[in-house]
Amino acid sequence: MQDEPTPVELTKSVADFLRNDITPLISGHEAFKLRVAINILDLVTRQLTREAGSDAREVERLRALLGMDGSVTELNLVLAERIAKGEVDLATPGLAEHLWATTMDKLAVDQPNYASYKRELGPGG
Amino acid sequence: MIEAELSRSVQRWCKGATGVTGAAKLSGGASQETWRFDIVHPGGPIGAILRRSPKGYGAAPSRAAGLGAEAQLMQRAFEAGLPSPRVMHVLVPEDDLGTGFIMQRVEGETIARKILRDDEYAAARPQLARQIGGILAGLHRLPKDKLPELRSRGATQEIAEFERDYRSLNWPKPVFELALRWLRDRDPGPSGETTLVHGDFRNGNLIIGADGVRAVLDWELAHLGDPMEDLGWVCVNSWRFGEIDKPVGGFGSREELFAGYEAVGRKVDPARVKFWEVMGTLRWGIMCGGMMQRFREGPDHSMERAMIGRRASETEIDLLRLVAPRGS
Repeated sequence: MQDEPTPVELTKSVADFLRNDITPLISGHEAFKLRVAINILDLVTRQLTREAGSDAREVERLRALLGMDGSVTELNLVLAERIAKGEVDLATPGLAEHLWATTMDKLAVDQPNYASYKRELGPGG
Repeated sequence: MIEAELSRSVQRWCKGATGVTGAAKLSGGASQETWRFDIVHPGGPIGAILRRSPKGYGAAPSRAAGLGAEAQLMQRAFEAGLPSPRVMHVLVPEDDLGTGFIMQRVEGETIARKILRDDEYAAARPQLARQIGGILAGLHRLPKDKLPELRSRGATQEIAEFERDYRSLNWPKPVFELALRWLRDRDPGPSGETTLVHGDFRNGNLIIGADGVRAVLDWELAHLGDPMEDLGWVCVNSWRFGEIDKPVGGFGSREELFAGYEAVGRKVDPARVKFWEVMGTLRWGIMCGGMMQRFREGPDHSMERAMIGRRASETEIDLLRLVAPRGS
């Protein structure tokens, strides 16, 4: 077991330093790049926070959908192949729900402010 | 440094020019270098833009029309009275500037979010969807016998090409597989008519002023094909920059776009437009994957490129909204 602070806490401290202390000092193209850097650290923080839970739920759904066991990567590969071969499609019970749930979990990490994502979350999201 | 080459170049072809000032590399052009500069002239400075191929850039060479073709297309559009910069000079070896061309600089804004939010464009915004329809109709009417040599691509070939690009990324994505099947099942086949297709006509590649569209840029993906492709691409959700209820670049409705297009005497096929919107959404998703791959394998190991890789998921949610909407 590793010591603390956790990776989330460490990453967040760097992002906060860049956001609060460095941003006011920089302009032009460097300021744009700094925003990208902060966005990356924020994304990493979201992924570290959410990935274990969302991957576990994704594996559960994939096991049920495919009737087999494996890692999240292996099961995604199998699902992709079955869709490509036409063995699984939107008429397959659970497929649309699975793809929606998986995609929403990805947007929550990649781009929580993306307008389509916010629309699909709904007012209570 | 580049000012020395540019100064020598302009003195050869721009009568009265004595040199250049203010050369600056612009960000924004994803796969070619763009510079701005002013030609020093007794009649006053002349704003100019250099487009040239950077050395060692490997952006999907099979798809690029090439800068020579791009210059000719811009000039044809300019001559037809469409909003397009005038081409001033096509680079020759003596210029020592690589390959490319120099064009008149059109003042205005290309940054989509500014165009969609700033007060300066408030009066233009409601006109833009219809205006874009008219411009696309004009581009699609450019006589084919006057065009440079371009690759020819229909729906069936494009599906196969995207599938190949996607599989080469070795990046299994169930939503992309679903979209590929949706596209194959609905492949409309060859279009009734083949025209010039701009290939990247969208918010971000247009210079906009308070008076509307001033110039259409970035012809590098131009080809011959189904004119409805351009109408579908301009509606891809990623180019609405948050204004998701205004499909045409965040400016307005499909109905306005179609009305502007048909007012010039051309016909819209809405089902084909929808097909190309799905295709375009998948295309942007695969391009995000390509960015991820280039980030990993170099030479462009930039943070920006890395983050574009993470934009693939935005196309997944948009593909699901198109082909498997919830509650359907």
